[in-house]
Amino acid sequence: MNRHLISIAELDRPEVARILRESHRFSEVMDRDLKKVPTLRGRSIVNLFFEASTRTSTSFELAGKRLSADVVNVKASGSSAEKGESLKDTVLTLDTYAPDVLVIRHPAVGAARLATRYTDAVVINAGDGAHAHPTQALLDLYTVEREVGPIDGLHVAFVGDVSHSRVARSGALAFRMMGARVSLVGPATLIPRDAESALGVTVSHDIGDIAAADLIYVLRMQLERMGKGGHVPTLREYAAMFGVNHARIRAGQRVMHAGPMNRGVEISPALADDPITLVERQAGYGMVVRMAVLHDAVARSGSAAEALAEAV
Amino acid sequence: MGIRLIQRDGEAANLAIRGAHVIDPEAGIDETRDVVVREGRIGGSEEGLEEIDGSGLLVTPGFVDPHVHLRTPGREDTEDIVTGTQAAAAGGFVTILAMPNTTPSTDSPAVLGALIDKAEHDAQIPLGFLPAITVGQDGQELTEQGELTALGAAGFSDDGWPVANAAVMRRALQYQKMTGLPLVLHEEDPDLSGTGCVHEGAVATRLGLPGIPSISESVAVARDALLAEYEGGRIHICHVSACETVAEVRRAKERGIAISAEVTPHHLLLTDAELEGLDPARHKMNPPLRSETDRQALVAALIDGTVDCIATDHAPHAVNEKEEPFETAPFGVTGLETAFAACYTGLVESGELTLDLLVRRLSTDPARIFELPVPTLSDGSAANLALIDTTSDWVVAASDFQSKSTNSAFTGETLRGRVRLTVAGGRLAWRA
Repeated sequence: MNRHLISIAELDRPEVARILRESHRFSEVMDRDLKKVPTLRGRSIVNLFFEASTRTSTSFELAGKRLSADVVNVKASGSSAEKGESLKDTVLTLDTYAPDVLVIRHPAVGAARLATRYTDAVVINAGDGAHAHPTQALLDLYTVEREVGPIDGLHVAFVGDVSHSRVARSGALAFRMMGARVSLVGPATLIPRDAESALGVTVSHDIGDIAAADLIYVLRMQLERMGKGGHVPTLREYAAMFGVNHARIRAGQRVMHAGPMNRGVEISPALADDPITLVERQAGYGMVVRMAVLHDAVARSGSAAEALAEAV
Repeated sequence: MGIRLIQRDGEAANLAIRGAHVIDPEAGIDETRDVVVREGRIGGSEEGLEEIDGSGLLVTPGFVDPHVHLRTPGREDTEDIVTGTQAAAAGGFVTILAMPNTTPSTDSPAVLGALIDKAEHDAQIPLGFLPAITVGQDGQELTEQGELTALGAAGFSDDGWPVANAAVMRRALQYQKMTGLPLVLHEEDPDLSGTGCVHEGAVATRLGLPGIPSISESVAVARDALLAEYEGGRIHICHVSACETVAEVRRAKERGIAISAEVTPHHLLLTDAELEGLDPARHKMNPPLRSETDRQALVAALIDGTVDCIATDHAPHAVNEKEEPFETAPFGVTGLETAFAACYTGLVESGELTLDLLVRRLSTDPARIFELPVPTLSDGSAANLALIDTTSDWVVAASDFQSKSTNSAFTGETLRGRVRLTVAGGRLAWRA
């Protein structure tokens, strides 16, 4: 396994399975009265977020704290980045405080990879542009294992704005690695070129094709990344053609969404609130999966043998 | 007065290279022999000349690069005329043409005149200039091309950007009837390219990077070929990268349009498979590295002459500018010092291209297209040659470069064909 976690492609199936097992152990901790373990006591984690985030930043922060690590959160607003400091210098500066783990979220593809060049900490990519969001994919796998069952043999359909979605990219790789079949369903203007060969998926532009899937993973329309002369004529037409609602799903199907949701656009408000939609479970499981990922990262940092000796 | 090539004053070279493999497609030479340079010219008496052992080495006519960014004026921290022409000499080049995307852009007689004055002191090898087609390279108003021609411009280019407006392009082609100089075109449809930063294809899709589609280039070439045909103009296409563009250039040539084209070493040798490492210093440039299908089409086009010559698009950047996330780092790689070695290693040694043809495409052909003196080793010619070591391996390192910048696509690669000595314009310009 690589030291850093930049993309799901760096993991193999046994490593993913192990992280999911560890996630389950941590989820049992969360059922306890005292939701804190000493696993990472004396370790420090820096969460460096250059992009808005609720779920990812909160769950990484809580995950670190529940592992007893010292956690520092740095946001772009209010940091030296606002004064024009380069990402390199920000990472070099943070590295002088010798963190064990650096969690980074950034709007540009390649930011997490760049950070690995300037720190001794283990770098965890919490999203770089439209490239990768590996912990999201891991928590999605974990959610499905817990709420649906074994992933091997499932059919997962990602629906909507694939072009701008790191969730879809990491998810497609992760679900396929674990034996699922993956299809992309969306407007032709929002499916990137050569997606079939690039991601090992099938592509459809007909929402009716979600009928074949066990899991319908609804993607957020990333309006902020589309600019003028958008990729769809209107959101009204998008909702009419690709919005996922009760009329378009069949019994037994489950619905996922990484959040934040555009209710009434990619997903109907009623479906968003229906328990068959796993969005809140995903958010909840995000924390235990990130505990497992942080635990793993410190184990890989090479200086943590004694910390690992303390069982969960 | 014609095209001006400027080189600073210096002593004429005097040397005798003994027993080298001498290849000069222009003069029909391909044999082991001596090359004598006396008072800056090929041939003459060998008496008293410094002798250089050429055994195992190659002597070729020096190379000509019609596409170099010298970053002067404005970004002399990344390159200037001294270091840029020194880098060219270290790559075996004996003539280069500088692009106008400087700060301010080279778009007026005043700026060109100042550059020519500076080159008189700084240029280690003959240097010519390609001033802008439009003022500020913003694609709106034509520059004073009559006066720029009188000052010795080698052609006109808005390189870095396309002339997006077809009516402006048409006016430039009409105006060309008076200057007679080639329009050197960076071909790209800015709307199709959008925010793209790599070749649109499976790799971009996997990496989540916005794509620059091949058609952004080929559509622009098709348009300008048709405009050139209508106006009877002459165009040169910069850095062809896509197989669709090759097809458009071929079609235009078949129709008798006066069109020529260049390709860079990096597009001949590398593909978007390199992008997985997300290293913008090595692999982010515009046009982007494309697919293996494109690469093979470019090599085939270089062989059959659809693409006429090799040009480096040497584009220096400060180290810190390239220490950015891939998506936001600037476009461009250096190329002067690795051009021959990269092509020799990747294309000649692999058997894709003959050495003879490589030398033509780096030397004779670009010189012809731009109506520059053709480097040759025939007796009596001005000495313009490179002495090259094609037997020992060279691991390209940032510390090797004469350029102020190190953003090379070949850093860390093992190449053969390092240039040991260059005589340019009759003067010793480089010696390793």
